[in-house]
Amino acid sequence: MAALWTLSLLFSTCLGCLGLTPPAELPQPHNQPPSLDFNSSDGGLSVDLPMALRVFSVDYHHVQAPFEIVLWIMLASLAKLGFHWSGRVPAVVPESCLLIMVGLLVGGVIYGVRHSAPPTLSADAFFLFLLPPIVLDAGYFLPGRLFFENLGTILWYAVLGTLWNVLGIGLSLYGVCVLAQSSLGDVSLLHCLLFGSLIAAVDPVAVLSVFQEMHVNEQLHILVFGESLLNDAVTVVLYKLFESFLRLPSVSGLDVLLGGCRVVVVGLGGLFVGLFFGLVAALTSRFTSRAQVIAPLFVFLYSYLSYLTSEMLHLSGIMAIVTCAVTMKQYVEANVSERSNTSIQYFLKMWSSVSETLIFIFLGVSTIQDVHMWSWPFVCSTLLLCLVWRATGVLLLTAVVNKLRRNAVTFRDQFIIAYGGLRGAICFSLVFLIDDFPKKRLFITTTIVVILFTVFVQGMTIKPLVELLDVKRKKRALPTVSEEIHSRLIDHLLAGIEDVVGYWGQHYWKDKFEQFNKKYLRRFLIREDHQARSSILRVYQELERREQRGEEEAPPIVDPRSHSRPLLPEEMDSIRRILSRNLQNFNNKMPAYSRHTLHQDTTTGKTRRPLHRHQSLGERYTCNTITHWSQEDREFDGSHRVRAGLSRSHTVCSISPRPILQDSSIPAASAQTGPADPKSSAAREDRISPQHQIPVGRAPKKHLSFVLENEK
Amino acid sequence: MGSSSSSIDNIPNAQEIMQETGFSAAHLLRLYERFQFLDRDQTGKLRPEDFGALRELAMNPIGDRIIGAFFSPGQETVDFPSFVRILAHFRPTDSNRTREGPQQEPANSRTRKLKFAFQLYDQDRDGKISRAELLQVLRAMLGLQVTEEQLQSIAERAIQEADLDKDDAISFDEFRKSLEKVNIEHKMSIRFLR
Repeated sequence: MAALWTLSLLFSTCLGCLGLTPPAELPQPHNQPPSLDFNSSDGGLSVDLPMALRVFSVDYHHVQAPFEIVLWIMLASLAKLGFHWSGRVPAVVPESCLLIMVGLLVGGVIYGVRHSAPPTLSADAFFLFLLPPIVLDAGYFLPGRLFFENLGTILWYAVLGTLWNVLGIGLSLYGVCVLAQSSLGDVSLLHCLLFGSLIAAVDPVAVLSVFQEMHVNEQLHILVFGESLLNDAVTVVLYKLFESFLRLPSVSGLDVLLGGCRVVVVGLGGLFVGLFFGLVAALTSRFTSRAQVIAPLFVFLYSYLSYLTSEMLHLSGIMAIVTCAVTMKQYVEANVSERSNTSIQYFLKMWSSVSETLIFIFLGVSTIQDVHMWSWPFVCSTLLLCLVWRATGVLLLTAVVNKLRRNAVTFRDQFIIAYGGLRGAICFSLVFLIDDFPKKRLFITTTIVVILFTVFVQGMTIKPLVELLDVKRKKRALPTVSEEIHSRLIDHLLAGIEDVVGYWGQHYWKDKFEQFNKKYLRRFLIREDHQARSSILRVYQELERREQRGEEEAPPIVDPRSHSRPLLPEEMDSIRRILSRNLQNFNNKMPAYSRHTLHQDTTTGKTRRPLHRHQSLGERYTCNTITHWSQEDREFDGSHRVRAGLSRSHTVCSISPRPILQDSSIPAASAQTGPADPKSSAAREDRISPQHQIPVGRAPKKHLSFVLENEK
Repeated sequence: MGSSSSSIDNIPNAQEIMQETGFSAAHLLRLYERFQFLDRDQTGKLRPEDFGALRELAMNPIGDRIIGAFFSPGQETVDFPSFVRILAHFRPTDSNRTREGPQQEPANSRTRKLKFAFQLYDQDRDGKISRAELLQVLRAMLGLQVTEEQLQSIAERAIQEADLDKDDAISFDEFRKSLEKVNIEHKMSIRFLR
């Protein structure tokens, strides 16, 4: 680990030194040939020998740009490696903080070496190169069902919450400027509103990186994350609106009204651009069977194209790229090979990881500059107002939305939403884009302070504060274990009944979309030979992936206790922790999108499993009893996860004797075995087992339950 | 209302069903359309496979239990009146029940709702949730996240809390008592079915 740190410092010094001398002056140390200037020496032979051939030379100028870029990326990646090896530090300090600190360090080194400001993060570089991979990664791995179920709440927070924050912060800041007339008198209302619009927005990058450490339930995660994604439309529009107002001689009511229309246009426009490119990408992927190697490339190209197109049209690029990713995902996954799918996922994770690291490091580096202007009232009031307005906004909005939701957003959740509203690099880039005016430096400084404060202070303290809240909650009457379990059962029950009823509203539209999807889209966008099994395959592959991403392992099965004894308090505590952490996981899993992990390949057998499974896929769906797996699983390879995966998937379907069939697009083989009754299920299992070689008992058991797992 | 009377007449025994369950004509019509949508082979009855075709339901941890709840013991099919009767449990509770004068409690009363939930646990219909039944449901809901030991202790704790007569099982009254602080009427209602 020390080696990594030394390497990073070495690189930073390299960067500093390389930046030191402008390239033109860089000495070109070629081999000095023995002085051939015979003219000046003995005047006998005046031979002008040509310069000897350079055996070794350095031409930095030639490679300067890519070289420096690579060095930065290398620095970022080494720093990241270093953190993960540094023991307990990542548990306390979120990675984003550490990266900013590294950035500060590097910036300081460069400043010290060069005595001038280090390179700053240019807004163009950020918006065009660094932000898209992160948002694409987020969109591609978005848990679709959870997102759409909570879409109303997410939109509520994103649109109304952002508006509330922007107007609140802008107007209050103007009040502060009016009060501090002496120092801040030349900051106009529009400027304050403009500043409010860029500082109010919660940043998806920062939020994600902090929530990695915290174990929040999925619903909360999707609320905060979805809000941070969707508020981009509102933020960008308001920012551009106020900016154009600043350029106009006067602002009329009509302009404000047009501004409101613009919000809608920008948001929906981004959505449609994303949809268009997503569908085209899906269509293209249909024909990639003969050139499978470049199939992943289309995913990236089309997504990036959608982003660039919407940026070109001044629409919301983030919405476009997220929509594109969500749209094309199911068709692309059905069309391309398994390896291409893996490549896509790995590349997405890799790029977004690099991007995020670079962003935070540059944030740190860019802090070291000459352009700071400090003003105590402005900075402090901004910090305070950001917190206050966000808290009140969340409280008010939640009070309204809880009446319409089944799962109320609890006070603890509200606290996390409010306190977890971190600002990040988007604010930073936006503030640089402001037209120059006397107090621009003040805005820049304040933005940096707010970002650093939220990332460091809020990011580091949110986890202890939440734990403190949990502790305080324990002192009051807690829901008993029974209540929690039964409530969760009722939640599942209601979700199921809503599915049956085709609950007007969400499920109604979802069903309608699924019908449309099946009839037209899938037929058009998915390769013929993949169409039949693709709907099941989709589900199945998702389960595969999620399993491989799973982190917990189940220990060997213990014999059930036959006697009862009172439980110790620490056992009660651990039970409560388990329940609160796991009962809210709608998908029976830890949060699905982890920036840093994709696969946890611990055994070689794991990668082979998907291939085996696919052969046996369409063959049976029947359920089995628990007793089967408990004996047979023990003989498999040592991976607990395999067993755990089987046990989990197995137990889900073990309960009822009735078989569950998938939709009618099932291959013929299974259709025959479909309408079964319990008696024949055992017989069928015996029939299937001899057909497979290695995962003989494993494969049938694994896939038989995928139908009953929660989908993503 | 919004529904043409000719369509409601297509539903056999519509008036009795409306009387019994409390659904309005409009809702009944919609449920009938839904029933027909689910009934793929148009036999007028639903079978388990028809429910299984709903993908999200199939992925519900207790999806199979929910489907099972629609079928009376021994029955292989569900007809429309039974379908509606089950769904009537999920109507929001009327605050004033003066106009109700049925012989039995309306389907969407708190007790009936709780009974429905109770029967999701109690698959063998013996009137008690045994430890094994509780464990099955817990395993389904908590799944991979929790070790077997932890599951056991959770089940242990749940039974300890609820089991007042110390028979190592949870009867319906104990179940109801353990949920007395939970707003079942709100939680177990689908707003749209009012």
